[in-house]
Amino acid sequence: MKRFLTAVTLALALTACGTDSDPLAPSTGTSGAAGGAVTVGSANFPESQLLAEIYSQALEAKGVKVTRKFNIGAREVYLKALQDGSISLLPEYNGALLASLSTGGVPEGVSSPADVLAALKKVLPAGTEVLEQSAAEDKDTLTVTAETATKNNLKSIEDLKAVAPTLVAGAGPEFAERHQGLKGLESVYGVKFKEFKPLDAGGPLTVNALKDGDIQVANIFSTDSSIVANKFVVLEDPKNLFLSQNIIPLLRSEANNPTVTGALNGVSAKLTTENLTSYLAQVQVDKKDITVVAKAFLTENGLAS
Amino acid sequence: MNLSYLTDPAHWDLSAPGGIPQLILSHLGYTALALLLGVIIALPVGLYIGHTGKGSFIAINAGNAGRSLPTLGLLMLMVTLLGLGLLPVLIALTVLVIPPILTSAYAGMRTLDHRVVDAARGMGMRSWQVLTRVELPMALPVLMSGFRNAALQVVATATVAAAVGLGGLGRLLIDGLAVNDYSRVLAGAVVVAGLAVLVDLFLALIQRWIVSPGLKGS
Amino acid sequence: MIQYLRNNSEIVWLALQEHLYLALLPVLLGFAISLPLGYLAVRFPRLYHPLINTFGVLYSIPSLALFVFLPVLLGTKVLSPVNIVVALTIYTVALLARTVADGLRAVDPVVIQAATAMGYRRLRRLTAVELPIALPVILAGLRVATVSNISLVSVGSLIGIGGLGQLFTRGFQLFYIEPILVGIILSVLLAGLADLIIVLVQRAITPWTRAA
Repeated sequence: MKRFLTAVTLALALTACGTDSDPLAPSTGTSGAAGGAVTVGSANFPESQLLAEIYSQALEAKGVKVTRKFNIGAREVYLKALQDGSISLLPEYNGALLASLSTGGVPEGVSSPADVLAALKKVLPAGTEVLEQSAAEDKDTLTVTAETATKNNLKSIEDLKAVAPTLVAGAGPEFAERHQGLKGLESVYGVKFKEFKPLDAGGPLTVNALKDGDIQVANIFSTDSSIVANKFVVLEDPKNLFLSQNIIPLLRSEANNPTVTGALNGVSAKLTTENLTSYLAQVQVDKKDITVVAKAFLTENGLAS
Repeated sequence: MNLSYLTDPAHWDLSAPGGIPQLILSHLGYTALALLLGVIIALPVGLYIGHTGKGSFIAINAGNAGRSLPTLGLLMLMVTLLGLGLLPVLIALTVLVIPPILTSAYAGMRTLDHRVVDAARGMGMRSWQVLTRVELPMALPVLMSGFRNAALQVVATATVAAAVGLGGLGRLLIDGLAVNDYSRVLAGAVVVAGLAVLVDLFLALIQRWIVSPGLKGS
Repeated sequence: MIQYLRNNSEIVWLALQEHLYLALLPVLLGFAISLPLGYLAVRFPRLYHPLINTFGVLYSIPSLALFVFLPVLLGTKVLSPVNIVVALTIYTVALLARTVADGLRAVDPVVIQAATAMGYRRLRRLTAVELPIALPVILAGLRVATVSNISLVSVGSLIGIGGLGQLFTRGFQLFYIEPILVGIILSVLLAGLADLIIVLVQRAITPWTRAA
């Protein structure tokens, strides 16, 4: 421990050569005030990066200068980056964001997209705001293979309760601590798995682990093309644990202006679950690059030339 | 930031799957297997090159070439190719330990006093006897320092296994980061650094025990 | 792979630039810090072991943990490249300070006595005699530090700043090999190139080592 303290002291001593500004001062200027650049961030899964790229190109089409800082991490990490001004805009999911910002669970009776949006606006951190939400939804799901579903007669998450103690679940590490995750599954549905494997956020690790039988229940996103491709079964969520999940731009208020609002609302108006699913498949299955797919989305929807 | 995660006895439950003891165990498992594979592959090659002097170029440059391979990239490549499991981790970590072992085996053989080798030959020892009874024991101090170096690197680097969904102490870092629990990340850093110190001490004891007393102090 | 490079030349180019900057700035900073530290460890022998041990422990702190903690310790923003630069500077110092100390300690005392007898004072003796003699050892350490920094930067991609490492995570999230391969190859080439440059510089400034 003493050595570790020495290490920490040394690290602190090194700060003298690193920091270029007062770290405690609120960030100003750099992240988009007064028509400056907008720094777009994203979470660490492909759909978030695709949406962030769509936002970026839509803004660039309107002459806004964009800096990209994609692939930051889970919500717990990127919200911090938004609050300290490292990024000024990112694509969010209304229900998941609401759940993460509501201490002590989501307010009762909130389920429709409009309810969620209204509730969300009440809990947004100071200095941030959301714009119009899109019709496109991408829900967290609990998904099983067709085989597991037939064998255990699974249709909804409620059916899991009896068999969960024999099943292994897999998801991104953050799933373990979230209400919209293991905690909510236990408190809302009484579902408790034999084991939880921290893998990735609905990515190929989770999908492959489900396919290979390393896990039996996976948290996969509803827009993921692997669900159809592998004939996976998405379990119903009758108690609305995984709230409505419409895609919505979350940004720092200082980065907002009529041009930004116009560009992003334009994107949200055109985004649907169907077209998002098919554009995402171009990234996940055809391995097209997100810049190419984002450009295709914008030109095909008349948002850029 | 605090040490509450580290000091909470619940996290030290021996039987809990994600508990610190089990993570230490899997971490040490990856480390030991990678070192073992590294020794099996690199030691004979390094000794051969050092003994014969053929291929010195490889031995000298293997160190830096190996170090330049990014372990995270290699690991992600292997998982993409081979799927989830122990094998990709072992490949990535073994690649990490081969260079220091190879280079130190070679250096140990090259720097030993050649008059002693000549004397051994003069006494009628065969090439194999010279290697095992004279050269190898005399090269041991240099060899062990390379091995300790390799061990330190693996202990610190095995944490990346958690980035591809596997175990080891990296879980504390990756999961702590994902849920914004800095106390857990700190616990991970402290345990990894502590483990590195203990492993190095352990190897230092082994070194003291196996190195011929005649070589000490030189 | 060629196709991937062609389609993504801009992203790859940006990643390469970021990688270069994140890896090499710490080498320069670390070198500047290591020289005086290493000298102190030789000048005051009692400091040698505590310093070497501290660096040993510092070196064994996983890079990911350092990247995550530095914002807390320094008050920097979580996505600030400063975090990566400081973390890698710490590793560079951990490696190099020891090499500098060992290099200086290995200078033959007879040479130092000769220099003293010729009237060299401490500082001049250090810069004109001891450092040049220790230079091959120090530069060997610099090669190791440079190459390992270049490979370590990519770990930063787990928190969103990692130069070529971003290509690893991008490929990994899609189980798509091309970007990962491109990232590995470029990273190795970069390391090889940096290593070569140091070797060439070493040859130019230590001509006497070639004779041996």
